[in-house]
Amino acid sequence: MSRPVRVSPQELRQTLIEAIVEVAPDVDPTTIDPCEDLAEQLALDSVDMLATLVSVNERTGIEIPERDYPKLATLDDAVAYLVHAAVRQVDAAARQEEDSSI
Amino acid sequence: MPSLGADMESGTLLEWRVKPGDVVKRGDIVAVVDTSKAEIEVEIFQDGTVEQLLVAEGTRVPVGTVLATLQTTSDESERAQAPSAPPPPTEGPSAERPRVSPVARRAAERLGVDITSLHGSGPNGAITLADVQGTAGSTQAARAVKPDEAPAPSVAADRQAAMRQAIGALMARSKKEIPHYYLQSTIDLSGALEWLGKANETRPMSERLLPAALLLSATAKAAKEAPAMNGFWRSDAFQPAEHVHLGVAVSLRGGGLVAPAIRDADRKSVDELMASLNDLVRRARVGVLRSSEMFDPTITVTNLGDLGAEVVHGVIYPPQVALVGFGAVGERPWAHSGMLGVRPLVTVTLAGDHRVSDGAEGSRVLALGGRYRQRPEEREK
Repeated sequence: MSRPVRVSPQELRQTLIEAIVEVAPDVDPTTIDPCEDLAEQLALDSVDMLATLVSVNERTGIEIPERDYPKLATLDDAVAYLVHAAVRQVDAAARQEEDSSI
Repeated sequence: MPSLGADMESGTLLEWRVKPGDVVKRGDIVAVVDTSKAEIEVEIFQDGTVEQLLVAEGTRVPVGTVLATLQTTSDESERAQAPSAPPPPTEGPSAERPRVSPVARRAAERLGVDITSLHGSGPNGAITLADVQGTAGSTQAARAVKPDEAPAPSVAADRQAAMRQAIGALMARSKKEIPHYYLQSTIDLSGALEWLGKANETRPMSERLLPAALLLSATAKAAKEAPAMNGFWRSDAFQPAEHVHLGVAVSLRGGGLVAPAIRDADRKSVDELMASLNDLVRRARVGVLRSSEMFDPTITVTNLGDLGAEVVHGVIYPPQVALVGFGAVGERPWAHSGMLGVRPLVTVTLAGDHRVSDGAEGSRVLALGGRYRQRPEEREK
């Protein structure tokens, strides 16, 4: 598993927006309401949402289990989720390194 | 100019991907054509050597116009009508045209931005609206648009009007000519979704399946076993199709829809269908499809449920004779084994053509599809 390279909320937000625009090139990022459901406001269907999350995963290395998809429904929620997930993954990687160095 | 959908009357040749003397194989992309809906990569239908290009880039011609002549291996020139357009420029086509979304292309035209000079930041280097606006903003501050004004209302409105007209004409023809009948049935997806959830747990994100892939798979398998739903009404007679080329209605960003086909969907696994669906939707969203996907879907599926509708009663795409619609998958009350419980349900509808089939037959097809949907694991064996 690749280690997350971006952990700052600003960068993760930017990454998520880039992933959305990749899937829906006509979306103007400045008009996204961060508290409103992304799929609803941008008319993204399940294929678009999956493609967006896959793109985020490829750009950041952050794993998103399917059961967590609902936690990424809005831009703000998604960024909060990604920050936590990134921190968790960095911690886990650090622990693994410590373990192996003992 | 090939007919790339029953609602297409003319198309603009955007770009040649070959030049005279090029050797081409069946399936090679030889040109890109703009319909009112999307850019279509036109594949050649047989092997040969390009003899002459008869239509210049940028020219709009009616369906049926000869675009080029091809020297086939049997050494007979495939020539039909006289050329209806000026000869092409003498130099060969530019190496690789940058991928550019239709929205970005229109914005570039309006802003006078040369798209070949841009570096695309989209998938596979595709040029996005933001790229165009970025360039326009830096070099033509005075003419730069505010993001919320793009694309140009007039250009977008023209295209939107053309698309609405094309869709309207085709749907009016369908409703006028096809005696539709409608059936609907609600299916318990708990078994299928449980299977899907387990399958996805162990998969990397890029290989995960969506319920839509199961619905497409079940529809394709049922269509294969229901010849009266799968084929074409042509010259006052029904022609059943041998294979299932499953049309998938994809809404376009900015309005309108296209229904390109996943070819041989009945012979594809759920994984292959998911990959095809991802690919098709991605290309439809940026507006680049292939000719082989456009001209012969044998039955179409519309999955409006993704955006919330509970039931969709579709209009059949002529010359097809059936359309399957899926509403939203949602948890609703359901009686099972004498108990009332909450289960994930989907309402599937069938629009059938009375010239070809009756409700009884349609009903059997719905039941068949329902069985496939409930037991995806059996289909995988």
